[in-house]
This record gives sequence, C-alpha cells and structure tokens, in this order.
Amino acid sequence: MSADLLDPPRSALPDLAEPAPAARSGPAAVLAAALGPLRRARKISGLVAVLALWEIAARAGWLGSTTPPLSDVAARGWEMASSGELFENLGVSLLRVLKGLAIGLPLGLVLGLLSGLFRISEDVIDAPVQAVRMLPHLALVPLFIIWFGIGETSKVGLIAVGVVFPLYINVFHGIRGVDERLVESARTCGLGRLGLVRKVVLPGALPQILVGLRLSLGVAWLTLVVVEQSATASGIGFVINQATQFLQMDTVFLVLVVYALLGVSTDLLVRLIERRALAWRRGLVAR
Amino acid sequence: MTTAVRNEVRVRGLRRVFGERAVLDGVDLDIAPGEFVALLGASGSGKSTLLRALAGLDGEGGGEIDVPDKRAVVYQEHRLLPWSRVWNNVVLGLQGRDLRKRAEAALGEVGLAAHADAWPLTLSGGESQRVALARALVRTPDLLLLDEPFGALDALTRLTAQALVADLWAEHRPAVLLVTHDVEEALLLADRALLLADGRIAREYVVDLPRPRSLDDPRFIALRRDLLDGLGVRAVATSRAVTSKEAR
Repeated sequence: MSADLLDPPRSALPDLAEPAPAARSGPAAVLAAALGPLRRARKISGLVAVLALWEIAARAGWLGSTTPPLSDVAARGWEMASSGELFENLGVSLLRVLKGLAIGLPLGLVLGLLSGLFRISEDVIDAPVQAVRMLPHLALVPLFIIWFGIGETSKVGLIAVGVVFPLYINVFHGIRGVDERLVESARTCGLGRLGLVRKVVLPGALPQILVGLRLSLGVAWLTLVVVEQSATASGIGFVINQATQFLQMDTVFLVLVVYALLGVSTDLLVRLIERRALAWRRGLVAR
Repeated sequence: MTTAVRNEVRVRGLRRVFGERAVLDGVDLDIAPGEFVALLGASGSGKSTLLRALAGLDGEGGGEIDVPDKRAVVYQEHRLLPWSRVWNNVVLGLQGRDLRKRAEAALGEVGLAAHADAWPLTLSGGESQRVALARALVRTPDLLLLDEPFGALDALTRLTAQALVADLWAEHRPAVLLVTHDVEEALLLADRALLLADGRIAREYVVDLPRPRSLDDPRFIALRRDLLDGLGVRAVATSRAVTSKEAR
C-alpha cells in the first residue's frame, strides 16, 4: 500500500495548495477552477498509464504467453461475477476473515487494555504474549492443521492468532504513551479511576489503537492468502490455486486484483473511522 | 503526612525527601481565606513540590497539611485534553445539570465564550491558558494553586493574563498560592510574597501596596530590590561591578 494512504485525507485539509476560486477573478478564476479536476486527473494518470501499458504490452506479446492483457482479465472477472462463482468464493473467504477478526481483535484489545491499565496483569500477560509474538504465526500452519484438521477451524484460528499481536502491542503502548501530566491534571479535576480511563486514557490511546487495527487487518488478509493455499475447496485462494494448476492466467490475475482491492478497501474503512474518531486532530493539521 | 480539610491553608513541618536530598525540610505555611500568596525561589528550591503537596498530588512526605476541600490547579502547560471540546474540558470531572451553561459562564469570564465548541488544538497558547483558568474557576475553589501559569506565555500575553487573574481573584476571592520566578509578577498580584530556600520559607515580604499596582511606584521598586536581594540576584550585580572596576 502506498505511503500516500497514510497521509491525512485531502478532503480534511483546507485547500492550501489550491487557491480559493472566490478570491480570484478573470482568467485566474478559470485557471483555479480547472486546477481541481486537473489535479485529480494527474493523480490517477499514473495508474491509468500502468494499466494501459499492461494492456498494450500483453497484446503485443512482449510479456509472453503467461501474462494475459487487462481486457481479458476484466472479461474473466465479468464472467465469474455473472456466474456467481466469484462472489460465492469471495463470500467464503470474507467469512473466514470476519470470524478470525471477531475472535482475534477483541482478544488483542482486552489483553492490551489489561496490560496497559494494570501493572499486575502486565506482569502476567506481557511476557508470554511477547514470547509467542516472536514466533511467526504463519509457521503454525502445519501445527494448526494437525490440531484442528483441514476444515474451517484451523484457518479461522490462524487468522485470529495473527491479528491479536499487532493490536495488543499498539493498545498497550498507546495506553502507556498517554501524557502523564494530562492524567494528573484530570485527577485534580476530580475524575475517578473509571472517568480517567474513559475520558483520558482511552481517547489518548486511540490514535495508536487505530494504527494497531490497520496492521491487524493487513495481517488478516496475509494470513487468508496463506491458509487458503492448501487443503481447501472454496474461497478465492482456492480459485487462484485451481487456476494455477490449469494455467488459467486470466483467473490468476483476476484474484490478485481482488486481493489488492480487498486490502485497499479495508484501509479506506479504517481511514474513515480515523476521520470520525480523531476529528480533534484536524485542528492540528490545519495549522 | 496527615492531611485534614479546613477552610484555610495550614502547613506545619512539611518534609519531602527525594533520594538523599530533602527538598522541603520543615515548611510552615499559612494562607488565610481569600489571601493571595506568591511563592518565589530559585530553580529546584521545591516551589512546585510544595504546590503539589497542597494539591494532594504527592502522597509522600511528612508533616501536617490542612487545606480546603475545593481546590483547583493551573499548571505552566494548559493540560487541556485535545480530544475534548473546550467546554467539555472546562467542566471535566464535574457532575450535575447545566454543565454546558456553567462552562459557558466560566468561559465568558475569561473572554472565550465564543470558543466553547472549539478543539483545544485550534487555540493559541494564551487562549489555552485562559481555558485552563476557566476550568479552575468553574469549580469555585477555596484554594487556587497556580504553578507558574504564565511561564510559557510571551511577554505581552503574560501581562493580559496577569491582569485577568487579578480581576478574577478580586471577583471570586479564593485563597491563591502562586508559584513564580517573576518578582514583578509576585509584587503585582500578591498580598504576601514568600521566599523558599534551603527547604523552608526563608523570608516573608508583606506587599501592602494599593491595587491596582504600578511598576514605577517607589515602594514597589524598593520591595522589588528587597526581593531580588533575597533571591541572591544582587550578588551577581555586585560581582559584575567589581569586575568592571578591575577592568578599569
């Protein structure tokens, strides 16, 4: 994912770079009015160029017989979408990810909160979690298959395990990173323990918690790709495996595009949450 | 350390040790209801430690501390929660109805009623500090603790903020303990200026000048010299005079 996605959304910024159309008149106003769309066009021009190059190069045969042109991939996508094959498998994969997230995210959040808020639970929880974190969770694939069989349990379980750690660490450090002076002054304002957590600690940790969420979602997609590589008869991973065996390159490329779109859309989702939940930072951005 | 609640401030034999060093070593301090006391001292003399003890932020240390129950603190940094709107910051920790109205009234007193819905990050340093003052005022404290509240402001903003504090104090009459480095600030605002040195209140200066005070009042100038003398600033001036004589 490009670093640009990490930047504040442009719509949240005042138009610093673009001159305000109202302030100008005559040719300058026309220029300013043209600048907005022009900029948007410039932003997508790179992507369009790459796609066009792909199409042309594949059609001309420069990319060999194993790389289909974009139009073939699109046609295949349309075919699979209208037959229902794509959405059926996509649904299976999404469900796996959602189940994994539904287990892993609350677990990471709760463990992180416990470690962050209480010294006792930090002592008990943090060391084992850090130890397990050092183990790449994808190395657990064979073990999970032996433990839980080749069904859904091992797949969902591995996704759940993968998403726990990024969220845990960021919740924990988010809480510990809250400015001690703010906590102290809120305490002199008469806030009790619960009030401190609710009004100071959690909002202060939220930016970091959302970073953890973003990383966890990335890990979830990555884990999905790996667990669907073997021992599965449904899901988009199954689709790409089958296509590879029969050298249906248009389908292979189609699934890759789908993976990319899934990643981008979850990232957009988190950005939307950030814009809502971290609205107070916009003042900072605007200055 | 025993802490009791009463209407005036009464501290006896307060001792606070950090490691080997006794920062406070037998501090006796009284502040009458409605009295404005300034606390001066060199860096590291324990001014802020004393203030924190009065605020109830420091449970360690020995001695007797009696303070009013209703206390409020304004720090050198405004310490507003950036994720709460200005008015929410003002009534933070308060309960009851009409919180919004109370916040607006307090903000009105510091001239920021229009900013009730703003995010703290959009305010200037002086404005933020005024919000912090409003946050203290809305609690109608019997004891207002000011820990170098103007230290981070530029010179002009500081003058306005000092005048604002003088007005608010005249209006509400809480007991005030102002910790400051600034001798003129202490003499402009306080009824008494205390000098903290070697862990105890070393000297007391009664500032019985009529208000509003003027920097060029001869009595003001005399007091100022006295205080600077007590702070040991004169010694530097003398030694400089000696060196310039030698240079000649």
